[in-house]
Amino acid sequence: MYEKTLTQLAAALKSGEFSSRELTAHYLQRIEKADGKLNSFISVTAEQALKQAEVADNARAAGTAGPLAGIPLALKDIFCTRDVKTSCGSKMLDNFIAPYNATVVEKLNAAGTISLGKTNMDEFAMGSSNENSYYGPVKNPWDLAAVPGGSSGGSAAAVAAGLVPAAMGTDTGGSIRQPAAFCGITGLKPTYGRVSRFGIIAYASSLDQAGPMARSAEDCAHLLGVIAGHDGRDSTSVTRGVPDYVESLNAPLSGLKIGLPKEYFGDGLDPDVEKAVREAVKVYESLGATVREVSLPHTHYAIPAYYVIAPAEASSNLSRYDGVRFGHRCENPTDLTDLYLRSRAEGFGEEVKRRILIGTHTLSEGFFDAYYTKAQKVRRLIRQDFLDAFEDVDVLMGPASPTPAFDLGAKKDPVSMYLQDIYTIAVNLAGIPGISVPAGFSNGRPVGLQILGTHFAEAQLLNVAHQFQQATDWHLQRPAFAEEYA
Amino acid sequence: MALEESHVRRAAHLARLAVSDDQASGFVDDLSRILDMVDQLQSLDTEGVMPLSHPLDATQRLRADEVTESNQRDTFQRCAPAVENGLYLVPRVVE
Repeated sequence: MYEKTLTQLAAALKSGEFSSRELTAHYLQRIEKADGKLNSFISVTAEQALKQAEVADNARAAGTAGPLAGIPLALKDIFCTRDVKTSCGSKMLDNFIAPYNATVVEKLNAAGTISLGKTNMDEFAMGSSNENSYYGPVKNPWDLAAVPGGSSGGSAAAVAAGLVPAAMGTDTGGSIRQPAAFCGITGLKPTYGRVSRFGIIAYASSLDQAGPMARSAEDCAHLLGVIAGHDGRDSTSVTRGVPDYVESLNAPLSGLKIGLPKEYFGDGLDPDVEKAVREAVKVYESLGATVREVSLPHTHYAIPAYYVIAPAEASSNLSRYDGVRFGHRCENPTDLTDLYLRSRAEGFGEEVKRRILIGTHTLSEGFFDAYYTKAQKVRRLIRQDFLDAFEDVDVLMGPASPTPAFDLGAKKDPVSMYLQDIYTIAVNLAGIPGISVPAGFSNGRPVGLQILGTHFAEAQLLNVAHQFQQATDWHLQRPAFAEEYA
Repeated sequence: MALEESHVRRAAHLARLAVSDDQASGFVDDLSRILDMVDQLQSLDTEGVMPLSHPLDATQRLRADEVTESNQRDTFQRCAPAVENGLYLVPRVVE
């Protein structure tokens, strides 16, 4: 069953080929057998999943099941799930049982999907390799010596290994698209405001966005249709209607105008990655698209701007972890200040502390204008680069990451890790959507093609990605791990 | 803008984060390298550019001033480290 895409599984459930209970048990068994090697899950909620599956099967029998009812999914452990541990990959929240559901979770529940559990991630979504998790690193199923990418590394590895058909991730600077690229799956970061952030543990609120990670663009289209939409509980959620993302998948691409940002093909780009991306662009030309070079002149300022804005927002968001209302509390505090100081020092890992300190410093008196205001101005210039480019072309294409997955432990210096996100991070600053689709391999490790569109162009991105997946089969390739260990 | 240990100490104090002497020097190194990278921003002319705080330039929506949430004190206090009679317990602040 695990060889099937989510779309195929939905059809099989509908036709009665197997029940949701059988399907759910199948994936739970695979997780039990293989996840000791991958570490892609923090919590597996087997009992609850089987109960949900029974409800879905009953709905199916009664004729009230929706199209995705009974499909097993996994949730990055950043989504609050009522009565289930929601750790965000942190010791700080190791004891946190969420008292409510994120809106994304509510919407998935209403659609009748099944949650198999919560996936591993970089602590508070801060990282590009999944090595910053309190629960240990995740391994890449294509090569157990490689990282799966981050921060949604557990979701990406679990989908790639066939431990779940699809999973939910979040993307603040590339955390859906880069792990999707590293693990050879399809991952979509929607426009800022398209999916409600309510109940998603906040990292950088003006950048965070949730999206689907799956085997194909078609699978992502089904899932985005479920989770997108206005939510009064997220003041930045947009009121714009949700189109039918599945209906538009088959639109022909003749006349599509593709822009290749010249800054995305410069120094530091792995030659194999470049080759795979250029080959993919040729496939688009054969489908009737035209290609031209464009420029996003402020590209190289995106990482510096991000590492002011994101830590600044994080330092504010993470001030809520005070050891009083929820989360980790130190033993025997001598007074209230000691309680704050030690609870936070014990609860947060190194990278989280670094970002809290950077954010606090850049927001502090004497530095605010030089760093924060400056970065916000640069943010506008970066967004304008994209808006200008979309005057001339429909979509932009380039690599999702400058290299394929690197080895575990290879990047010890924080700045060299940050530079990994050169092609993904500007997208969050601009608020536009982006998708990563499998486009080849480099030494057995997957390469991702990134496709970017203007604000709210998700339907177009999914269409463009789907047409590529009709013409190629990179997205259908599976790591040997999926058969050997599971 | 060079970063000194006093800056790290001040930020750690403002963020209520205990930092030992050993850790402080490590953070000075790491944060200095991050800020060196960030300092590339200073070379860009942003005269007359408006800061962007929201990618869609949206402003906060207003809603009717009505109570929409029910009282869930017991539920929310279930995940607290220490409560008594509906109150959060912390070390004594006033002697």
